Amino acid sequence: MAKNAWWIEFPQMERETLVAIRKALDGAYRDFSRSYGDVIEAVFEPLLYFLVWFEKLLLNAPWWSVLFAVCALAYLASRSWKIVAGAIVAFLFIGFFGMWEDTMSTMSMIAVSTLLAIALGVPVGILMARSDRTQAVVTPLLDVMQTMPAFVYLIPVVMLLGIGKVPGLLAVVIYAIPPVIRLTNLGIRLVDREVLEASDAFGASGWQRLVGVQIPLAFPTIMAGVNQTIMMALAMVVIASMIGVQGLGQPVLRSITNQYFTLGLLNGLAIVALAIIFDRVSQAYGKRLQLQYKQAQHG
Amino acid sequence: MAEPMIRIQGLYKIFGVAGEAVLPMVRDGMGKQELLDTHGCVLGLRDINLSVPPRCIQVVMGLSGSGKSTLIRHINRLIAPTAGEVIVDGTDVAGMDGAALRDFRRHRASMVFQRFALMPHRSVRDNVAYGLTVQGLQSAEVEKRASRWIERVGLHDFADRYPGELSGGMQQRVGLGRALATDPDILLMDEAFSALDPLIRYDMQNMLLDLQTELKKTIVFITHDLDEALRIGDNVAILRDGGMVQQGRPQDIVLTPADDYVADFVKDVNRGKLVRVESIMKPGTTCASAPAIPIGTRLERAALALSEAAAKLGKVTDRDGTALGTVSQLDLLDAMVRRRRPSP
Repeated sequence: MAKNAWWIEFPQMERETLVAIRKALDGAYRDFSRSYGDVIEAVFEPLLYFLVWFEKLLLNAPWWSVLFAVCALAYLASRSWKIVAGAIVAFLFIGFFGMWEDTMSTMSMIAVSTLLAIALGVPVGILMARSDRTQAVVTPLLDVMQTMPAFVYLIPVVMLLGIGKVPGLLAVVIYAIPPVIRLTNLGIRLVDREVLEASDAFGASGWQRLVGVQIPLAFPTIMAGVNQTIMMALAMVVIASMIGVQGLGQPVLRSITNQYFTLGLLNGLAIVALAIIFDRVSQAYGKRLQLQYKQAQHG
Repeated sequence: MAEPMIRIQGLYKIFGVAGEAVLPMVRDGMGKQELLDTHGCVLGLRDINLSVPPRCIQVVMGLSGSGKSTLIRHINRLIAPTAGEVIVDGTDVAGMDGAALRDFRRHRASMVFQRFALMPHRSVRDNVAYGLTVQGLQSAEVEKRASRWIERVGLHDFADRYPGELSGGMQQRVGLGRALATDPDILLMDEAFSALDPLIRYDMQNMLLDLQTELKKTIVFITHDLDEALRIGDNVAILRDGGMVQQGRPQDIVLTPADDYVADFVKDVNRGKLVRVESIMKPGTTCASAPAIPIGTRLERAALALSEAAAKLGKVTDRDGTALGTVSQLDLLDAMVRRRRPSP
């Protein structure tokens, strides 16, 4: 009797109730996905086309033209030959060890999910910066998104859309979007009040102020958010391979299940190489901008 | 007198959520500190009345916290009044809707800021052009007008530089060029030269006065520097703790300060360089041989003229040479050196 007293054992709910709750929620979500899954899939159709088109583009183009494009982008953004040289070495290593195709898949996934995260995240960040109430609502959501174990996202996405590219993309975007939202919000809030006042004093409309002053001045901070988003997208790509996303995550997953140490290590290194290139390029770009503005602020 | 360009009537500004509610108490004379203690509201401005005639430089002077920057921001409604009217050229700025207000700010009034408030991501050219871009003009037209003003404020060689690469004085030239480029009737200058060191400030004052003889804008100029106020102001208004203490021509303020506060302010002013002879002349005539002092002569000059002529008495004449009154060496000396107390 005393063994089950409430002060000894935590008074938890009846097992039957818990099961009923879970069944009800799961059932409701399953019904929802059965009746709306097709519609939602149709909504994401264009995204799938874009993703497939981009992946094909990268895969069908000759390897040297892809390498050239990557180097050109790296140089334009960072203006640093060191980073370009690093990129060349990394890609040659990847190609030589037979990981070129998986790398192209991963890159297309990263590119599309980053673009999507920016397209969604920057407007949300702007809305947050404009209203303290929005910020109060969105911030805890972002906290949940960032701390929830990544695997948990996969479940509802798979229930809704099945396995494949689009659900993978969604999972990656959900996981990777918080930094770009947070830093857009922060960047816009940090814009010098006096400059904003000046823009008001010259009769700028809200839109003119946003596009002409707030976004340009917040841009270095937004870029820092984009950098973080890319890094998180890369991390998520491996996890997303569990639901059928092609790319470097697949061999890693295979190595785990079959205990192929070398295969896992090589593909892991390829992901690291990609991460370092993306990180250095986007950081160098952000720093270059910041330097230009810093200089401008303390004449 | 002509219809004033800017007429401010019964203007009150109380910062804080309960601003409107505590207005009657402020009208009944509740002080700044009491208001803060009992209601948590900050008294910005109390019963300001000010008329600025067109094409004049109106200086508003006061120490920090006197409400002068708050006052100037009411003219283009960067701050909205709690009560009162700000009538610019017949229209109440406080009553304008969003579009009318934007239009007013784009075309009628522009502003120069204490800490320049330039846009660090735009070149000098694009900063000067900012107001024109906001107006939505064609880029060729923007380019043409901006170039003219870049030239006029002497920044031709720096048009493609960024504000961060310029010295403070040059940055404020950009600020001035930006404000003038929209060709507004009204120029609002919020401590525009206060952040500059004295020599540069003097240059900028000269530049402003030069521009003013040519452009004839209505200028409201905020400063905490008395010398600057007396030097460039056609009229000076003195604020203290959000209230108007005195307004008038610079020499009136120096000769007849309204209270101890103003008297203290002006006690070290060199009146000989500021006050004009007609303000101390006495009626009457003198012998024809007395040296003629034309109207508008400063006291120092007049004293010099008398001592050079070895005369005790001079006659003040208008432009045609007609005698208007007399002024004695003693009067001149007295006006220049005696410590003034407020007139009762």
